[in-house]
Amino acid sequence: MKGRVLVVDDDAALAEMLGIVLRGEGFEPTFVADGDRALEAFRDTKPDLILLDLMLPGMDGIDVCRQIRAESGVPIVMLTAKSDTVDVVLGLESGADDYIVKPFQAKVLIARVRARLRRTDDPAPEMLTIGDVSIDVAGHSVKRAGTPISLTPLEFDLLVALARKPRQVFTREVLLEQVWGYRHAADTRLVNVHVQRLRAKIERDPERPDIVVTVRGVGYKAGPG
Amino acid sequence: MAASRPGWRFILRRRIAAGSTASDEAPRAAADAGPTAESGQADGQAGHIGQAPEAGRPGQTPEAGQPGQASRLAGVLRALARNAAQVSSRAVALLKHLRLRWRSSLQLRVVSTTLVISAIVISVLGFFLMQQIAANLLGQAAASARTQASDGLAFAQTEAGVTSQPDASAGTVMTNVLGSLTASDENSGDEYGVAVVLPPDPTQPRFPYAYSTNLPVGWLPKSMIERVGDDRTRPDFIYARLPYPAEGSPLTPGLLYGAPFGSAYQLYYFFPLTQLQQELLLVQRTLALVGLALVFLLAGIAWLLTRWVVVPVARAAQGAKLLSTGNLDERLSVHGNDEVAALATSFNEMAASLQEKMRQLEELSQVQRQFVSDVSHELRTPLTTIRMAADLLYEAREQLETSASRSAELLHSQLGRFEALLADLLEISRYDANAATLDAELVDVCDLVRYSADVAQQLAERRGARIEFMLPVEACVAEVDRRRVERILRNLLVNAVEHGEGRDVVVTSAADRDAVAVVVRDYGVGLAPGEEHLVFDRFWRADPARARTIGGTGLGLAIALEDARLHGGWLEAWGQPGRGSVFRLTLPRAVGSELAGSPLPLVPEQAELDMMAAQPLDPRTSPPEPSDRVTMVSRQERG
Repeated sequence: MKGRVLVVDDDAALAEMLGIVLRGEGFEPTFVADGDRALEAFRDTKPDLILLDLMLPGMDGIDVCRQIRAESGVPIVMLTAKSDTVDVVLGLESGADDYIVKPFQAKVLIARVRARLRRTDDPAPEMLTIGDVSIDVAGHSVKRAGTPISLTPLEFDLLVALARKPRQVFTREVLLEQVWGYRHAADTRLVNVHVQRLRAKIERDPERPDIVVTVRGVGYKAGPG
Repeated sequence: MAASRPGWRFILRRRIAAGSTASDEAPRAAADAGPTAESGQADGQAGHIGQAPEAGRPGQTPEAGQPGQASRLAGVLRALARNAAQVSSRAVALLKHLRLRWRSSLQLRVVSTTLVISAIVISVLGFFLMQQIAANLLGQAAASARTQASDGLAFAQTEAGVTSQPDASAGTVMTNVLGSLTASDENSGDEYGVAVVLPPDPTQPRFPYAYSTNLPVGWLPKSMIERVGDDRTRPDFIYARLPYPAEGSPLTPGLLYGAPFGSAYQLYYFFPLTQLQQELLLVQRTLALVGLALVFLLAGIAWLLTRWVVVPVARAAQGAKLLSTGNLDERLSVHGNDEVAALATSFNEMAASLQEKMRQLEELSQVQRQFVSDVSHELRTPLTTIRMAADLLYEAREQLETSASRSAELLHSQLGRFEALLADLLEISRYDANAATLDAELVDVCDLVRYSADVAQQLAERRGARIEFMLPVEACVAEVDRRRVERILRNLLVNAVEHGEGRDVVVTSAADRDAVAVVVRDYGVGLAPGEEHLVFDRFWRADPARARTIGGTGLGLAIALEDARLHGGWLEAWGQPGRGSVFRLTLPRAVGSELAGSPLPLVPEQAELDMMAAQPLDPRTSPPEPSDRVTMVSRQERG
């Protein structure tokens, strides 16, 4: 498994600790301590995953996330002391795939990192269709009426999970398990925000979605009606 | 001699008591029924000489023996009763409505009181005025009548033949007198009746009785004739109603003068007061009209003037209401220097002061929130490092020597406890600073119950206890903050298992139209009376000596209570020592609605209590059964 991890955090002790833990698990950590240099470090090191603290000197973590997201679909995991919904949603909407609230256990961190890095190599060519959106699973591409839509890997996985079983309703817990790989005790807000992000990208009218549809009180499903 | 001054209506309609006590004169008595006679009785009805009053009217009750009529009557009566009930209930409703309007409007009260009082005062004054005018006019009329009568009398005295005893020529004498009197007063213009009367004398043969012009002598009261005859010195008068000018004419009120003259003759004058009556009626009407206009004018003025007071007060009330809804910018406009202006000024000052206080409190709250947020961040970052380091050491503890290894274990567990405490403290401080927000969505609470039982299930398995779920088949969907409700349920379940002493825990949930409830029942240690409120206090423990198998922070229930309250819901406890406890969470199904009740009871049914009372208490001092049950003493490490 690929193992380059970029750690963006201004607290030296924490960064060092993260380094010890990551190395212990076989990853290759690199470090950067302020927001201004984060983008540069990203371009230089080309990591497979980024651990991003939100409270950074210089450019704010949110802006760093946006910048990196604009360039690449690399998995980004936010590390934050703030667990309020407002802050979490803001972070997720700016492009992060997951967030972990401090203080966290090393084990939990590692598990989430591995989940993000795990990419199921599905050689079998598979084409899925929902509405007028066509999905090439093996090729990781999504098109609407011939026009390609660019999704992050996580958004892609979410769409595929729903599209594989159209009209079946997935609860948030199930989606967390299938798409994020978390067994339990994870925050369902992750799902909410990512569905919103997905809708913003692939729906004709995000206010009236017909590809990723909410089923009130239960969860989400793919397909109209 | 001066006539008394009864009301003018009295004057013209009734006789003075002296005139009407003649009970042998049936017709006269019938002519004027008692004091209660009203104009409703047609005057023509009263009989006069020769006629007896008519018998009573024919009865209106149906003849007995006609069943059809009787049942119809019963039906009519029933319908009447129904109508009466309807009308009376409507009247009651109307009265209630009026009372409400009365209570709620100052202006209405003032105006209607002014109306009533001024109406009363003006009526009284008008009445009094009317009396004065009538008496005055009447007095004048009486005076002129008296003059007339006196003149006539003087004239009659001088006529030939009057002084001698009446004999066969009495008729001629009387005619002459009458003729002279009427002739001499022809050009006076006044209308009146004259009669020359010879009272009947039982000793004399019957002579002509009376000669008259415009005065039907048959109507002269006999008592007056007698009285006049007795006292021959001055004319007497009464107020009387006589048919004027002739026998068949309508009864006319007037002044009747009588005086003796000559040897045995009597002279009667009758002065009708119709003109006076008409004048007085005109005056009465005018007074009434003016009085009415005055009353309404006063009421209108009162209404206008109360507006001066009522409108500013209403404005102030409106302003206060706006203020109470949070509109702290509301101010009243101040005009002038009077009491109303003072009210407006004070109100404005109060509003400004409130606004300032609110601003200060808000600032303080903001400062506190910011502090909480800053502390949160500052504490958490080093704590993360510590945590990770401790975990690392813990993982590697086998490679350390004994004391270091043990230290790593203790570090690990206490750090967990510390973290939990920190998290709970921060949570509680957020409630204290009013910084907690509700993140509500539609959630199936019954599902959430099962979902939240994970930790408790593990704990229960280790203790050999079961968690039994009694959940309804249909979904209990409510608008709640999922994370918070999960936290509450997890806390309740873990508490129940932990205090359940190895016995089963029963979780019930139910929903009604407005609320969803979850009840967690355990049969363990229970609560002493009074503790059901203490249990939600911060850092309260039932038994301080109790060791805990899970590092609880002591804030779990306090946070759960705040979480429940944030939803507008309830969290309540009940227990019996040694027999277990009940914790009930009730949440409104819609955010913002007020709870009125709960779908599940807090206190178990009496039957269940009785059944439990029959069973012996499981003494806490008895040794636990040797089994796979874990005793309280050993520690469980978190994996």
